[in-house]
Amino acid sequence: MAVMQMQRVSICALKKDRKAILEELQRMGIMEISQLIEEDESFRKMDTVNARQSFEKSARLADQALAVLDQHVPEKRSLLSGLEGKKPVDQEQFRKVVADKETIMSEAKDLVELNREIAESKAHILKLENQIESLKPWMALDVPMNCEGTAQVTMLLGTMAPGTTLEAVYTLIAEHAPEVEAVDVRMLADDKDAVYLVIFCFRREEGNIQDALRAGGFAKPSQVVNKIPGIARADFEAEKGQLNHRIAEIRTKIEGKASLREGLEMVSDYFRVRADKYGILGTLPQSQRTFIISGYAAKAFVPEIEKAVGDRFDCIIDIEELKEDEEPPVILRNNHFSSSVEGVLESYALPHKGEFDPTTWMSFFYVFFFGMMLSDAAYGAILAAACFVILKKFPHMSEGMRGSVRMFMYCGISTLIWGILFGGYFGNVVEVVSQTFFGKQVAIPPLWFAPLDNPMKLLVYSLAFGLVHLFVGLGIKGYMLIRDGKVLDFFCDVILWYALLIGLILLLMPTDIFASIAQTEIVFPPAVNLLAKALAMIGAVGLVLMSGRDNKNLLLRLAFGAYDLYNVTGWLSDVLSYSRLLALGLATGVIASVINQMAGMAGKSVMGAIMFVVIFVVGHTLNLAINLLGAYVHTNRLQFVEFFGKFYEGGGRAFEPFRSDTKYVTIQESEEGK
Amino acid sequence: MESIWNNLGLVYALLGAAVAVLLAGAGSAIGVGIAGQAAAGVVTEDPGKFGKVLVMQLLPGTQGLYGLLVGFITLSKIGLLGGGAVQIEPHTGLMIFAACLPIGIVGLISGKYQGQTSAASIGIVAKKPDQFGKAMLFPAMVETYAILALLISFLAVNGVQI
Repeated sequence: MAVMQMQRVSICALKKDRKAILEELQRMGIMEISQLIEEDESFRKMDTVNARQSFEKSARLADQALAVLDQHVPEKRSLLSGLEGKKPVDQEQFRKVVADKETIMSEAKDLVELNREIAESKAHILKLENQIESLKPWMALDVPMNCEGTAQVTMLLGTMAPGTTLEAVYTLIAEHAPEVEAVDVRMLADDKDAVYLVIFCFRREEGNIQDALRAGGFAKPSQVVNKIPGIARADFEAEKGQLNHRIAEIRTKIEGKASLREGLEMVSDYFRVRADKYGILGTLPQSQRTFIISGYAAKAFVPEIEKAVGDRFDCIIDIEELKEDEEPPVILRNNHFSSSVEGVLESYALPHKGEFDPTTWMSFFYVFFFGMMLSDAAYGAILAAACFVILKKFPHMSEGMRGSVRMFMYCGISTLIWGILFGGYFGNVVEVVSQTFFGKQVAIPPLWFAPLDNPMKLLVYSLAFGLVHLFVGLGIKGYMLIRDGKVLDFFCDVILWYALLIGLILLLMPTDIFASIAQTEIVFPPAVNLLAKALAMIGAVGLVLMSGRDNKNLLLRLAFGAYDLYNVTGWLSDVLSYSRLLALGLATGVIASVINQMAGMAGKSVMGAIMFVVIFVVGHTLNLAINLLGAYVHTNRLQFVEFFGKFYEGGGRAFEPFRSDTKYVTIQESEEGK
Repeated sequence: MESIWNNLGLVYALLGAAVAVLLAGAGSAIGVGIAGQAAAGVVTEDPGKFGKVLVMQLLPGTQGLYGLLVGFITLSKIGLLGGGAVQIEPHTGLMIFAACLPIGIVGLISGKYQGQTSAASIGIVAKKPDQFGKAMLFPAMVETYAILALLISFLAVNGVQI
């Protein structure tokens, strides 16, 4: 029901036992390591960086090999596989696999190497394809592209701007090199980028012709092969075929190694855990024969450490209470129901040292408000049933995930109850179906009242629930102040506010404006009215006088007091914020009705029934999804902003125990290990 | 069919329903669009965050639903849904029109800004996925005002006597 009390545990033991003790602590996973002593003459820290890095590297290699397997031989996964959690592995089996880690690691190396070969082959294929592509226009050439020509005649290959004609080339040569005796220009191909030319001329006139052609934008081909283009292409194609064949071969090889997956996962986790252990080992102060390990553990678990370490090894275990200025990590401990909302609290902030853990109170309001916002019996039943099935079907889900699913299950039950109270079953589906298909309207009457018929009534109730929620928040603040012995603060910051607010509410209730909202007139006996006035007066005057009590200057003190009184508007807006309980509840119900109405439009026929089912299923799935999201977000908001705003600061650090922090498998303890 | 001028009240009321659905829906469309662009950017880098950013993208989608809700209540009030519209005085029609304005206008504006806030919160999720709970709260703050507008529109439409 609260934050667990922490103690500092320090173990001084013989150096020869250090690895065994570390392994024992890691296996238990109930102690967060935080060293006290700095290095000095007699205590030195060991340099374990290299060892740790080499373990991390091995873990990474195994992960890479697993990624290769996932890429080529993907495991079949369902949509819900994220809920499965880590696979449980028997300790004996784990040990057996780890004993064989050398083989597995060399297989992992092979896998990564094979994958690299595939990548290289693919890159090579791409290069070949580019070459084949660039050879395409030269296919008509039946001499090698780098052909020198004969003793007298030379061959020039090149491209010119697209659309250039043979005449244009001849004209160009005639204009720029009129003295040329003979030249032969042939067009091999043309496309939208260029025309491809081969030109024969006398060797002695080559320079003139080249100058002339260059003036017209003649450029040599970017890639020249020393073979006839047709043959070169065939060679490239053959090489490509070989590479593709090789890739296929490697793929089969990798597929043949699919059975390694489990081993790789275990070995990866093994190295990960060892890397952690060596990380801690590097922080231990060690003397010639001894070492010291120190850290935090929950008081309730300390005997377990004493038993597991103290009884088995020669050592001294020193248990201390925490010092004033120490800020220990936080572990929450709550009952089965309330612990399910711990995740919500964590996503805001954990309580700081000495602060009250609001989880228990929050859990009741959370489930209550969530149900009120979703408020449809059918939706609630679906949500609760789905969560229940998930909890049963995936027993290895991670702890945090389990908590969330359990929370939604309770919220679903609450939604079911509110739905019955308000008479919402998929909105008004019973009415619509009976009206459309059976011609006689039947309705399930709400147990309490239907919000749509009397929204003002529900508004008043929503605000009243909100007021209770806020008053509980203020009460928790009062409890913390009393516990810390700050009686004056308790009186000024809590009691005076209660007096003022209760007085104001009692004053408000008999007025016309309240009567018009609540639709009932409330008449108090005169004594109550007097009491209300008195409470409000005492509260207001008290706040003005006392809120600024830290100030010596009287005027300043009164000014701060008056400013604090202004916070009454803050309370007003906080209470009004609870009107969302009504608004979101209405949204679910009305939109469900819209869906039902649309579904029923096709009327009473076979087609109509089919239409009804389709629209009904799609529509209600969407409505459930979006309102589930809305209810979740706004319930969180009411807790975080309105409720926590009254008393909660947070800022605690989560407990991070030294444990076997695995990624793929959880190692199950065998009997003798305990 | 009698002239539309004889039944201006119904026209005003229908205009109200249209404004509620139209403006609030447009606001949500803008908001979900803005948030969706940010969400798509995150998923290109890390497809594993798809679920989380999708939730963020959906947050500004509620204004459209609130508009639909008020529009629906209005239509059923003036009897257009069951067939056989009721005769409404012009001033009653204008009252219904006025009642529809809050959710329409607030829905439009808050939808857009909630979308921008969602996009910023998607940035939080991209860099610090464990801060999802806090990230979700910022867009929810904007939505509060759409809820308040919905409440007033709903109560007003409900309260107009025909």
